[in-house]
Amino acid sequence: MATQISPASGTDRHVGSPRSRVDGPAKVTGLAKYAAEFTAEGLVHGYIVTSTIARGTVTAIDTAAARAVPGVVKVLTHDNRPDMSEDPKSYQDMVGPPGVPYRPLLDANVLFSGQPVAVVLAEDFETARYAASLVKVTYKAETPKTDIDALLGEAYEPPKKRDGIKPPPEPWGDADGAYAKAPIQLRQQYRMANEHHNPMEPHATTVVVEEGGTFTVYDKIQGVANTQQYLTGAFGLKPEQVRVLNPYLGGGFGGGLRPQFQAFLAMLAARDLNRSVRIVLTREQMWSFTYRAEAVQTVSLGADRDGTLQALRHDAVHGTSHYEDYQENIVNWSGTLYACDNVKLTYKLAKIDTATPGDMRAPGAVSGLFALESAMDELAQDLGKDPIELRLINYTDREPIEDKPFGSKALKACFTQGAERFGWAKRTPQPRSMREGRELVGWGVASGIWEALMMPSKVRAVLTGDGKLELGNSTGDIGTGTYTILTQIGADSLGLSMEDVTTKLGDTSLAEAPVAGGSWTAASSGTAAMKACREIAAQVFVLARQMDDSPLANADFERVVFTGGRIALADDPSRSVAITDAMKAGGFDRIEVVGEAGPDSDFAKEFECFTHQAVFVEVKVDEELGQVRVTRVVSAIAAGKILNPKTARSQIIGATVMGIGSALHEESMLDHRLGRFMNRNLGEYHVPAHADIHDLDVIFVDEEDKANPLGVKGVGEIGIVGTAAAIANAVHHATGKRVRDMPITVEKLL
Amino acid sequence: MNRFDYVRAGTVAEAVGAFGDGARFIAGGTNLIDLMKYEVEKPGRLIDITRLPLQGIEEHEGGLRLGALATNAKVAYDARVAERYPLLRNAILAGASAQLRNAATTGGNLLQRTRCYYFYDAGTPCNKREPGSGCPAIGGVNRIHAIFGASDQCIATHPSDMCIALAALEATVRVSGPDGERAIPFAEFHRLPGNAPEKDTTLKPGEIVVSVDLPERGFARNYTYLKLRDRLSYAFALVSVAAGLELDGDTITTARLALGGVAHKPWRNQEAEALLVGQPATRETFAKAADLIVAEAKPQSENGFKVELARRAIVRGLEQAAAGTPQSLSDKRIQ
Repeated sequence: MATQISPASGTDRHVGSPRSRVDGPAKVTGLAKYAAEFTAEGLVHGYIVTSTIARGTVTAIDTAAARAVPGVVKVLTHDNRPDMSEDPKSYQDMVGPPGVPYRPLLDANVLFSGQPVAVVLAEDFETARYAASLVKVTYKAETPKTDIDALLGEAYEPPKKRDGIKPPPEPWGDADGAYAKAPIQLRQQYRMANEHHNPMEPHATTVVVEEGGTFTVYDKIQGVANTQQYLTGAFGLKPEQVRVLNPYLGGGFGGGLRPQFQAFLAMLAARDLNRSVRIVLTREQMWSFTYRAEAVQTVSLGADRDGTLQALRHDAVHGTSHYEDYQENIVNWSGTLYACDNVKLTYKLAKIDTATPGDMRAPGAVSGLFALESAMDELAQDLGKDPIELRLINYTDREPIEDKPFGSKALKACFTQGAERFGWAKRTPQPRSMREGRELVGWGVASGIWEALMMPSKVRAVLTGDGKLELGNSTGDIGTGTYTILTQIGADSLGLSMEDVTTKLGDTSLAEAPVAGGSWTAASSGTAAMKACREIAAQVFVLARQMDDSPLANADFERVVFTGGRIALADDPSRSVAITDAMKAGGFDRIEVVGEAGPDSDFAKEFECFTHQAVFVEVKVDEELGQVRVTRVVSAIAAGKILNPKTARSQIIGATVMGIGSALHEESMLDHRLGRFMNRNLGEYHVPAHADIHDLDVIFVDEEDKANPLGVKGVGEIGIVGTAAAIANAVHHATGKRVRDMPITVEKLL
Repeated sequence: MNRFDYVRAGTVAEAVGAFGDGARFIAGGTNLIDLMKYEVEKPGRLIDITRLPLQGIEEHEGGLRLGALATNAKVAYDARVAERYPLLRNAILAGASAQLRNAATTGGNLLQRTRCYYFYDAGTPCNKREPGSGCPAIGGVNRIHAIFGASDQCIATHPSDMCIALAALEATVRVSGPDGERAIPFAEFHRLPGNAPEKDTTLKPGEIVVSVDLPERGFARNYTYLKLRDRLSYAFALVSVAAGLELDGDTITTARLALGGVAHKPWRNQEAEALLVGQPATRETFAKAADLIVAEAKPQSENGFKVELARRAIVRGLEQAAAGTPQSLSDKRIQ
């Protein structure tokens, strides 16, 4: 029963079937409103002036010329801002790392290039932007440190761990001793560039001043509850004073998990002026926070001649800011993915003068698996083994760190089905052995892994007398399809059409739910929705049974099905009652239930939960010119029950494209003398264009999991995890060149 | 973005007459508006020239006269251009996007400014943006910068694709200004940075481009525009090659070669072109020309790869041109 959404009916019409996004029409017709599109009477527009130095102090800000511009309402700086809390605890958000959160306009200190130093508030955006250009800021600059290579010697273990991020486990066995004795040894350094989020929608906040000291806030965020916590904390407000909404998000990917400085500044200004305020970041300003920071990693693999791993070390130094200890799980994956008796994993931070890095799709796993899965490919090459075979030799059905079985792990099937679809058997193992005209052809493979998480979530379900169902909670649909899957679940649970179900998200007035991240939303909100709907079903069934001459008079809830808006006997569908009739007869015009879901602690005691990926890549590389094309990708995914193969496939396709970007294109280039990212625009920070994308194929491998009643594990991140390593491995197979620092740009192949 | 006066000119004379200190002509605006948003350009006055009668493409002395306001799309899709100057068509279509090409004009394309990161960032010094402030690109983030003809003041590159083809075609730029009309050979239109990197071209203040004249010789049989960049579409060239050959059998009788992405102007080396003439159209010949060209390269801290990339791109480009198999615009690959 675990994978059935509607145990009463035993048949799902929508869950598990491809369904188009219910929010699609609103998005493509422009009816879907985003944070910067909400307005209010007398709206004031803010434009942020940012620091040009990365470290030092502001010695003077001359705002006279800006203030003299007609239409300018005020210019806020650290000198004239209203009182604000100095207590770092006031600024804690739900997902922030340990440290002192950045407090905008607190004082004259400059912590990173692009830091807000003033906000110009004006009657219209253009005036604010023009006046901002007239603000003269004088600095006392200090020499910034942004080169992680120069800071490796100062790297430290973060004293305080970030919530939700497991630190490296205690080592087991003797990794160094076993490595020294291993007949086959491989030790290499891997690195990947700094990458910045570039969702289509830039961060924006509209604060609407309401009556009685309350505010309605539209904020670009992956979970409105986080903005509410942050703003109420920072400004000493009560939750009932701040309603936060964000019904749609133009791309999250982790970049919208933490409330950003424009939310604080918009509220600061709104309270100061007692007027509604909107602040929208420029594309350039999107380089001033939350990014995938460069990690310098060393992987050491010792193996027997048959390929059995004898020693595994994975050491990472990762960039963070001076004011927060941002942390990711980069190295633990190496302990989870393979069986090995001698394992040591270390993770250290180096403080660099940028804004605090942050989560970016499969944070930690993208960096860590690039290193691990490149190293495994190198080991396979050294051993003369097929890279899949090497992975199967070291396969584990028990999670080694916690020493528990996996709740489910269909990675072997991912390899089998992926290899079959890709045609892996036709690969000739020698590098440079496959060719087509001027192009060298390379086939590469890699594994991917991500956590299958659940977070405490509620969903409120309301069934009304007209047979319509409304579901809602405060989490966000970050473009993944949450609106759609919750609608599917609601429809199947009560036997309704999807048109009869409305899902509302992204509003703190709805049922409590966390930020949408970590691929946990489908399992968490989905289970809560199912539970709420099944409770409603049970209540409606009681009403149906109590009707005069009810055809279901003696029926058992376990023996009825909900279908076509009716409750029918499973064995004799001719005996049925319309849901609307049952409610009418019972005198109910609405039934409201809040369903709750969270991690199953009993299950978690026994099992470890992960999603897996086997990704196969074909590249063609112009031998002379070093031009790389990713001509084919087959990504085989084991992620439990797939609620909607259409939206799930889109997640994997999108993640694959993002992986291609990581492998070949994305790089935020730091000028270490200025401590400044220099290519801060979409013309010079490259993500793949359509011309770079060829055939992408997705396989969802059947996998039954019992961590939640839906059997769902989540698909938002897993598609990106192994993709870059598979591309690097394919490039090596094509060219014989091993590129260990991403992105693989032309200079690395000439 | 600063505040500015706006005037619309009805004639070339009106446009020239409206010019003054801090004024800028605006046509498609695809570059100027961006630069204004970035506070790189702060014109006190914009002179809108979009209504000037310069949109046409006309026959001219055996060649074609491209009006300065003919859009990039109009030129690229003009049947005469496609038939007689496919090199120009291909170069235009290798750049920007359909939307930009619909707005960008011929004259404006000649005047687009460098994509140097520092030039675009008003928060950093830049001799091109603020003469005398310094050049942090030297020793900084410079993998996209010049390997030919740079100075100790500026290492920026010229970003246009179209201009690389126009350089190879030896077009003429006709301009009108306070002192009347004059014609500027294409090779003399753009300049090297020297000690005045703020000047991209040899235009005098108030001069306006009125047409780009294509000579009769179009290299329509043996040509290519090969553009190598960090992704296959919508990126500026790391190295591009515009090549046009005339052949007598296998022997090269005329050769034109211009490189993009490597210098402050479309880069030509007439010695290398002369070396090709009279030689068989073979890989060995092309390699000799390529070696000659890159011999004078002076790379920066991060762009040494461009020297080898340019050498190989020249050989490939000449091969494509000689074989009559120009780089495709629709195949998702470098051929």
